[in-house]
Amino acid sequence: MNPQATTPSTTSYLPEGLPIPVPEPDGLSAPYWAGLREERLLVQRCAHCGTWQFGPEWICHRCHAFDPEWVAVEPKGRIYSWERVWHPAHASLKNHGPYLAVLVELPHAGLVRMVGNLLGDPMQTVTIGAEVRGVYEHHPQANPPYSLLHWALA
Amino acid sequence: MTRERTLRGRVAVVGIGETPYYKHGQSPDAEFKLALKAILAACADAGLDPRQIDGFASYSDDRSEATRLAAALGLPRLRTATMQWGGGGGGCCAAVANGAAAIATGQADCVVVFRSLAQGQYGRFGQTTGVNTVSGEKSYLMAYGVLSPPQRFAMRVQRYMHEHGVRQEALRAIALASYHHAQANPRAVMHGRPLDEARYDESRWIAEPFHLFDCCMENDGAAALVLVDAERARDFANKPVYLLGAASGAGYRFAAHPHNSPEYASANFGTVARDLYDMARVTPADVGVVQSYENFTGGVVMALAEHGFFKPEEANDFLTLDNLTAPKGRLPLNTSGGNLAECYMHGFELVLEAVRQVRGTSTSQAPRHDVALVVGGPMVAPASNLMFGSEAVL
Repeated sequence: MNPQATTPSTTSYLPEGLPIPVPEPDGLSAPYWAGLREERLLVQRCAHCGTWQFGPEWICHRCHAFDPEWVAVEPKGRIYSWERVWHPAHASLKNHGPYLAVLVELPHAGLVRMVGNLLGDPMQTVTIGAEVRGVYEHHPQANPPYSLLHWALA
Repeated sequence: MTRERTLRGRVAVVGIGETPYYKHGQSPDAEFKLALKAILAACADAGLDPRQIDGFASYSDDRSEATRLAAALGLPRLRTATMQWGGGGGGCCAAVANGAAAIATGQADCVVVFRSLAQGQYGRFGQTTGVNTVSGEKSYLMAYGVLSPPQRFAMRVQRYMHEHGVRQEALRAIALASYHHAQANPRAVMHGRPLDEARYDESRWIAEPFHLFDCCMENDGAAALVLVDAERARDFANKPVYLLGAASGAGYRFAAHPHNSPEYASANFGTVARDLYDMARVTPADVGVVQSYENFTGGVVMALAEHGFFKPEEANDFLTLDNLTAPKGRLPLNTSGGNLAECYMHGFELVLEAVRQVRGTSTSQAPRHDVALVVGGPMVAPASNLMFGSEAVL
């Protein structure tokens, strides 16, 4: 069921075995996930009106131009909200917690927000508004391989 | 001649019914059988031959399909079958509105609105094991351990508490009110299991800022009600409970995922509450009793504020156990015990309780009960709400 259970990962923030993110069958988010694997954070920005958009969509919500461009942005931002999770909602997390999830807004990309984990002590005091930088976490052995974007205090 | 487009006073509830409510996994009956039992109980309450049902309405992709119900019950004909889009309890009031709209527009005469849900048979909402890959909204959350509903909503509430200075005690008061009312309600799963401040404070964290008692239960059961045209409603034994208004929907890009709603710290009733009050032609001051969906207590704080009962900055003062309990409180809330302590019937137990309040038959009766508000699942899209009233307010 969980082949990694006997060899706990020392490199990932959460244990292996959680659901693996993959693009939708229509490929909408494929550039985003491919970008993370290359340590590039891609966010949609409409070439016509300049509106930033995340998560991705086939159309710009402001001007209705189709196929917004994917633009690489610097992975930095500030904490917009957070939660410390204690109850394991998945078998892989049993006896693991607590852990921290944060919602980070990107001021240089239209204030789009992203969810990730906050690296470091899970019992640390988290401050809304604190500056954070992105840290990529790769899972090359997973099937299919994928990468995540975590956050650490800047 | 101007034609008023409204549901106000057009349709009434004449029967309500539910199965016994069980902890998840403890129902002796299959989910579909629970649906049938609740529907027959609602018909019996109305004094109605079930063969007069000609429509069904539900929400959240209820598995008990309208066509199977019609065949199982041998209905002469089915005229309407509607399903409100959206998961969670966001549709618990919209399903009533959809059924009422079918009656008001002459598409059906007798619609049953229901929810049947046996989490013990089909998977608990609070557990997510068994999924290998995810895409769409979940792909941006699950690999980070943001998996189950409390984890998906805690950050909205955390932000709201931050913006408005809402304290944990305000969330606690909502949990205490539900448990308080459940002690008077023999249907309640938590009947005989009182909750006090110390037990709440000492309970384990699920996802901060939610303690165990801030989170709804996971249950098995079914609940149903019968709608007919208002003209017909007086022919039934029960005091008719009229639909004064209903609204559903979402504010500007509220569903932008992941967690990208422009108005993030919100229960999503900004537009929906205004629409409801307009149709019902009442104000918050007219509302004597409220049933407000507790997926999580923090969502109730937001939902009540967005329905105009207090400003967010006043939440700490308004939300006290004394204010929220019947019969003496300023705003009796979740008088059956609700999702936290009666049964998590996806909010439909709240709709039935509002009917009891207008009838005057609640186990925790509010003194002012001519206008009763139901607020469906907060922080989801589409959200929905409804207002019931007695004949006196038509």
